[in-house]
Amino acid sequence: MAVKILENIYEKVDKVPTRDGLGKGLLELGATHPEVVVLCCDLTESTRVQWFAEKYPDRFFEVGVAEQNMAGIAAGMASEGKVPFIASYAVFSPGRNWDQIRVSLCYSENDVKIIGAHAGVSVGPDGATHQALEDIAIMRCLPNMTVLSPCDWIEAKKSTFHAIDNKLPVYFRLTRDKVPVITTEDTPFKIGRAEIFRDGSDVTLVASGQLVYEALIAANLLQKEGISARVINNHTIKPIDKTTLINAAKETGAIVTAEEHQVIGGLGSAVAEVLSENYPVPIKYVAVMDRFGESGTPDELMVKFGLKSANIMEKAREVLKMKK
Amino acid sequence: MVFQKLTDLRQLKLMANTIRQDTLKSLLEAKSGHTAGPLGLADFFSAMYFNILNHEPKNPKWEFRDRFVLSCGHVCPVQYTAMANAGYFPKEELMTLRKLGTRLHGHPHNGSLPGIENSSGPLGQGTSQAVGKALVARMDGKKHYIYCLTSDGEHNEGQPWEAWMFAAKYKLSNLIAFIDRNYIQIDGNTENIMPLDPLDEKYRAFNINTISIDGNDISAILNAVDSAKKSGKFSMIILNTIPGKGVSFMEKKYEWHGKPPNDVEYDLAIKELSAERQRIENESF
Repeated sequence: MAVKILENIYEKVDKVPTRDGLGKGLLELGATHPEVVVLCCDLTESTRVQWFAEKYPDRFFEVGVAEQNMAGIAAGMASEGKVPFIASYAVFSPGRNWDQIRVSLCYSENDVKIIGAHAGVSVGPDGATHQALEDIAIMRCLPNMTVLSPCDWIEAKKSTFHAIDNKLPVYFRLTRDKVPVITTEDTPFKIGRAEIFRDGSDVTLVASGQLVYEALIAANLLQKEGISARVINNHTIKPIDKTTLINAAKETGAIVTAEEHQVIGGLGSAVAEVLSENYPVPIKYVAVMDRFGESGTPDELMVKFGLKSANIMEKAREVLKMKK
Repeated sequence: MVFQKLTDLRQLKLMANTIRQDTLKSLLEAKSGHTAGPLGLADFFSAMYFNILNHEPKNPKWEFRDRFVLSCGHVCPVQYTAMANAGYFPKEELMTLRKLGTRLHGHPHNGSLPGIENSSGPLGQGTSQAVGKALVARMDGKKHYIYCLTSDGEHNEGQPWEAWMFAAKYKLSNLIAFIDRNYIQIDGNTENIMPLDPLDEKYRAFNINTISIDGNDISAILNAVDSAKKSGKFSMIILNTIPGKGVSFMEKKYEWHGKPPNDVEYDLAIKELSAERQRIENESF
């Protein structure tokens, strides 16, 4: 059964960047959790940790442009009882400090939270170097790591509070551009639990990040074609919610995954790993097809890379033809 | 119970000799591992674990302990040996080095062996973690010191320099770092692989209190640490050591960086070290 999300999203939505949600979440955590500290690599304003830095200057540390050092210092602080949040763009952290995250954080079980801002194509005009499209793949293969890709700013804020209870590293994948607000404060959120955002019986659209909105729009339009599409918000890519995915495979018999990430190693791969072993059904992928990005507005890039609702609809029709 | 330190120089020298012999035995048994670095550092580890550190081997999580962060993880056999001799775990366990099921992994893991403060191996990672620990100690008003050992080859990486810049910026006077300046790394002499000299001038240019000493001289090590504590600044102590120290055919040979002795080499080495032990016992102080 679908959980309650914001009403009327098919007619009109507000848009807010998910990085704002984490920034606000951190500000609230600062008051309730004195052990929370924040480190940043010269991107304080744009990662939104500036709000925390202004309110808690004694618990904020500017590391300069040195992501490996930032991860290591955070690991050392975590080993002494702090809960550090480290902030940068996703292409730099976890992009440039993977080994430090692997050894100093994950292997050493140091509770550090990684804020990967400006992930996906949302940095748009900055071009391919700044568009993190591989971050989910390189984070979800690490033991002890949790990988979150919130669908809107409200979910990003909630994830901040939930992540603090998880005593191991967490990676937050966040967007720069404004993305549609589709959940409310009351929409259920639990790390490791995917939520059904729309009921359906013919096919399931499994999405994360801002592609959840695109999937909902696609499902609404498919309905008019007589196709009943279930939509799952799969915000936790690791540990993945096997039960919800296996049930979807059993009950709808076909899957389309949708993500703003390379097709190799991301959400689609994670879903395929679960279903191929437990309940194989046809799967189609909406993702960046093994190529680098380029400059353009985020929306232009979403269209060019085939990440819009129209692309999800097309894949849904294709996968239905494969269904026995 | 707080660890009873050795204050007598002869005892510290004898402990260094014990550490050398025990380390060689564990390497012989493991049939792989690093030899030159650990032998060159035996004097440092004797000074560190038996005089400098405030610690409780039977209570390795003691809140007020000094933290010893090993950044160049590959020299861990000498740390394990020092820890076993200090009472962290039984000496027999040294014979499990690098074997399946051991707590003494080929590179240290904080989750395996109590008393190991950090996992290390990939070079540079301990430096930043030591900085993080020093930062927290200062935030929380704790009086303990953080000691960090790095190697010279390790400084080919960028991370130590990033960490030291941060330590200097935040004036972490509770952090004392050491560099094992033995001039060897796996592929050869450090100055051929990637020149580091003049290392002391580089550190001074980073606004670091820099002290260069004979790293095989225990009293010089103790004096340098005292001087670092009094400086009120983040300090770097350059330990000019002889790799393979104490075993003539291993000294200053980069070939011994990453291999263990065989039976014959082990016997020869122990013979030399036993003679040296005799000499220390007869030495007048």
